[in-house]
Amino acid sequence: MSPSETATTVTRPLPARPSAGRHAVALFASELHLVFGRARTWVTLAVLAGVPVLVGVAIRLSGSEGGTEGFIGQVAGNGFFLIVASLALSLPFFLPTAVTVVSGESLAGEASLGTLRNMLTAPAGRSRLLAAKMVALAVFCLTATMVIWLSGLIAGVVLFPVGDVVLLSGTTVSLADGLLRAFGIAILIALSLLGLAGIGLFVSSLTSTPLAAMAATFGAFIVLGILGAIPQIDVIHPWLLMYGWTSFADLLRDPPYWDAIVRNLWIQAAYLAVFYAAAWARLTSRDING
Amino acid sequence: MPVVTRGLTKRFRGGQVAVDAIDLEVPAGSIFGFLGPNGSGKTTTIRMLLGLITPTSGSVQLLGEPMPKAQLSVLPRVGALVEGPAFYPFWTGQANLLRFDAADRTADPRTRKARAGEALERVGLSNASGKKVRAYSLGMRQRLAIAVALMQRRELLVLDEPTNGLDPQGTREVRNLIRELAGDGTTIFTSTHLLAEVEQLCTHAAVMSRGRIVRQSTMADLRSELRPRLVVRTPDPQQAEKTLTSLGLTDVRRQDDVVEGDPGELPIDKLAAALVAADVRIHAFGLQHPSLEDAFVALTGEGFDVAE
Repeated sequence: MSPSETATTVTRPLPARPSAGRHAVALFASELHLVFGRARTWVTLAVLAGVPVLVGVAIRLSGSEGGTEGFIGQVAGNGFFLIVASLALSLPFFLPTAVTVVSGESLAGEASLGTLRNMLTAPAGRSRLLAAKMVALAVFCLTATMVIWLSGLIAGVVLFPVGDVVLLSGTTVSLADGLLRAFGIAILIALSLLGLAGIGLFVSSLTSTPLAAMAATFGAFIVLGILGAIPQIDVIHPWLLMYGWTSFADLLRDPPYWDAIVRNLWIQAAYLAVFYAAAWARLTSRDING
Repeated sequence: MPVVTRGLTKRFRGGQVAVDAIDLEVPAGSIFGFLGPNGSGKTTTIRMLLGLITPTSGSVQLLGEPMPKAQLSVLPRVGALVEGPAFYPFWTGQANLLRFDAADRTADPRTRKARAGEALERVGLSNASGKKVRAYSLGMRQRLAIAVALMQRRELLVLDEPTNGLDPQGTREVRNLIRELAGDGTTIFTSTHLLAEVEQLCTHAAVMSRGRIVRQSTMADLRSELRPRLVVRTPDPQQAEKTLTSLGLTDVRRQDDVVEGDPGELPIDKLAAALVAADVRIHAFGLQHPSLEDAFVALTGEGFDVAE
């Protein structure tokens, strides 16, 4: 509508477009922007960052040394353990909730806004869009555990004495070595969440209602948890999503026990592969009516 | 031909046939009006053209390539607005444009911001580009949706109800914009249920009703078929009816004191003289040109009611 535009009204062949595939990364960057450009994500990360602070302050105020088993019992003696304790405490509930919300939103959110049709006519390509969504989910999982690691480190240093770390196997390593191991634990936990993220992505591909996708994903998580708590069916327990989640602690041995860790990663990879394939089958064949 | 469909059919689960074996042919450079009542299958057709839904049977060729198979190479050359504007409400108008452009891997990221700025300017949203879409009115969202289609030079624009929700001023601006784009050589395929829009804008039209295309032609052909009718108001309607029928008028109808019919090629001054000679008193006499709306209602048989 600007006058300058009307000056070029000549019917001529349109200029050739750049070849496909040249700017394929932009979609992935845009997906990250979509996940991390939302207030909801930052609130979630802030809550996760609050876990070590809450735990640390609670332990500091109660002032009770010893008596408590596990990582929490060691926090007062060495702030380093606040990192590990916070990660361990977040794993059963906070982190799965966060992953459920973000993964359930991923495709169903776009479908409910109607932006899915804009993305597909852009064209993003259905397989590529799904891949971008999954990559963004993985980055979110990693960010979530890194936030806890960092917040745990800061709160641990501020609230407690820190020093050399006594591992579960009884050997003592330097604080730097310990922090590196805690970093490894954060990565392992992020990877442990990928199976659940895959389930969430799949459920999200089924519906145009993000809340329904989140509820269904969380429901699946709870059912898996209940199945894992029924001793009569312990034959299937090793194949459940969360069976190997606690294997991260084996990183705090010298040398680390890799068996359970590797097995957990295989389980996660299998769940991810199955549900990612299902999400792909669904998205690539789905009629986009929303 | 930028758009060709053959026997394109969509049957939804449950058996309802939304689109029933339609053959669309949209010539290059045309402004093609896709007309039909709400619920007649226009949007379903557009979704099939763009590969959003899979046809039950039949084929779509977009810019000479088969859809949805070739969508990744074809769709970058097609600007689309499907069933109303859809955006991320928590983002600004500009951020929304950037995201949809980023999804197109043929779009150059270096010019992305500049192109977004131009597109926003063309639809008159420059001042609102930094506002969150949540705060946009429906008319502003509609403009933003058109801006998405304008982020690149396109060979074909597929616009589903582009003036929906716009005020008269905005409607005029969008129509001018469409004319301008068509002048640049872009083929425009626009669906609408507004006859005025087709009448003022389009070079070609197809009329859809209950999933079928009941008429497809150039606007000139469509208009030439709107034959004028002779309308006579008289206190002697029966006598007038008899006289006009005997003079060779077809489709003569009488209601109260009005008699009307199709005069064909008969000269109407002679008809008037003949009526007077037959002692028919005439209160009013003249030709009535039917509007496109009459033609539309005659074709769809349902006016603007929702087809079910």
